[in-house]
Amino acid sequence: MKIGIVSYGAYIPRYRIKVEEIAKVWNGDPSALKGGLKVFEKSVPALDEDVVTIAVEASRNAIERGNLDAKRIGAIYTGSESHPYAVKPTSTIVAEAVGATSDMTAADFEFACKAGTAAVQVCMGLVGSKMIDLGLAIGADVSQGAPNDALEYTAAAGGAAMIIGRNEDEIIAEIECTSSYTTDTPDFWRREGQPYPRHGGRFTGDPGYFKHVTNGANSLLKKLGKTAKDYDYAVFHQPNGKFPERVAKSLGFTQEQIEPGLAVTNLGNTYSGASLIGLSATLDIAEPGDRIFVTSYGSGSGSDAFSIKVTENIKKCAKDVPTVEKLLSNPIYLDYGKYAHHKGKIKF
Amino acid sequence: MPVPRFWREQKGRYNLIGTYCKKCGKHFYPARSICPFCRRSGEIEDFQFKGKGEIVTYSVIHASSEDFDHLTPYILAIVKLDEGPCITTQIVDEPTDIKIGDRVKAVFRRLGSDGKAGIIYYGTKFVIDN
Repeated sequence: MKIGIVSYGAYIPRYRIKVEEIAKVWNGDPSALKGGLKVFEKSVPALDEDVVTIAVEASRNAIERGNLDAKRIGAIYTGSESHPYAVKPTSTIVAEAVGATSDMTAADFEFACKAGTAAVQVCMGLVGSKMIDLGLAIGADVSQGAPNDALEYTAAAGGAAMIIGRNEDEIIAEIECTSSYTTDTPDFWRREGQPYPRHGGRFTGDPGYFKHVTNGANSLLKKLGKTAKDYDYAVFHQPNGKFPERVAKSLGFTQEQIEPGLAVTNLGNTYSGASLIGLSATLDIAEPGDRIFVTSYGSGSGSDAFSIKVTENIKKCAKDVPTVEKLLSNPIYLDYGKYAHHKGKIKF
Repeated sequence: MPVPRFWREQKGRYNLIGTYCKKCGKHFYPARSICPFCRRSGEIEDFQFKGKGEIVTYSVIHASSEDFDHLTPYILAIVKLDEGPCITTQIVDEPTDIKIGDRVKAVFRRLGSDGKAGIIYYGTKFVIDN
């Protein structure tokens, strides 16, 4: 039995702030920051947007792209580290807003930046065991970065939704295999009640991102007996533009393979949404027969790797649903004052 | 707004579900349980609007009530849905060249909240449909 993505959708708020604008406030060197991070601007939620609204818009785009009946959805899982409620699921609001029935299960996930891909894996299990027909897995965040922290230059807002199913006539991208790598690594955290996360600076690199992405990716490649050359595209978690490029190179992937899914440059790090937005951008341009390699990363720490093969059904997707490229176009730029207002950094 | 009242109305607010009279063909939003034209002979059923329409008129709000003060200046408009009913709604994402007659489409946004600890209300607002 094949399991795969039957549809997908992304959503990105229209507001942006440029790295120069943030650097101006904190006396940072914009050229050095842009060169070091390979991020030029980041998305910012509107005053009335949060993880729930982003998850709903991404999910509605996914349902519309696949022309699917939302009543077939048997499970909804939303991965995020910025759910608007500490207690009250985002996923139940999404279910009501997309028109799913009450005869389904739902829960919210949290695993730093990889909660969205964890949701995909759980939906694969439920679909594969025939407990449900379709599963809706969402990764969305309105991520936080403390004023003048390195994260403030990249912490962005956005999300993507994947609808997982097993009907071969509907699967647009078969998930051939998945593999994970998980350890207890305290590279990034946010304590209960704290508005901003803390992190271990450079410690988030080698023992965090690179170790877990490399081991997760190699584990999957070994399991399948494949190498980087067997893939047309690759997507890696993108906390900045530099990390995915470095890890891709070390695993044998080329810049051309990762370029279509490297949305971070003009988007920033959308945390739980990042890998799935990268995958969405790649599916936007993929052709039947293309193979896509995806590895997410979540601090704390873990990675989920996926081997995906695009099918002929991708040609049946609705064409008028916004692509990631379209969602990134026509931005509204904010100055730092308005950005601080949008992010609730100004306390009365 | 009391939580039970919002909960009773949330299906309509999330997905623009109103009603339709099968006898006279008129649509209503918010939902009506009786057709005001056909009265007792009307046949009312739920109807989900497509979420597309056009701006009939609008105003830019600079001085608002306390609950919406953080959003000012914002655009409040009367939108005529393609199926007929007119609704009062916010036009989001700061359109700079808004005009009467502009096409709009529904989006899902926060409508408000009961302070920092209370319930968050979600529902439908509109953006310019380019």
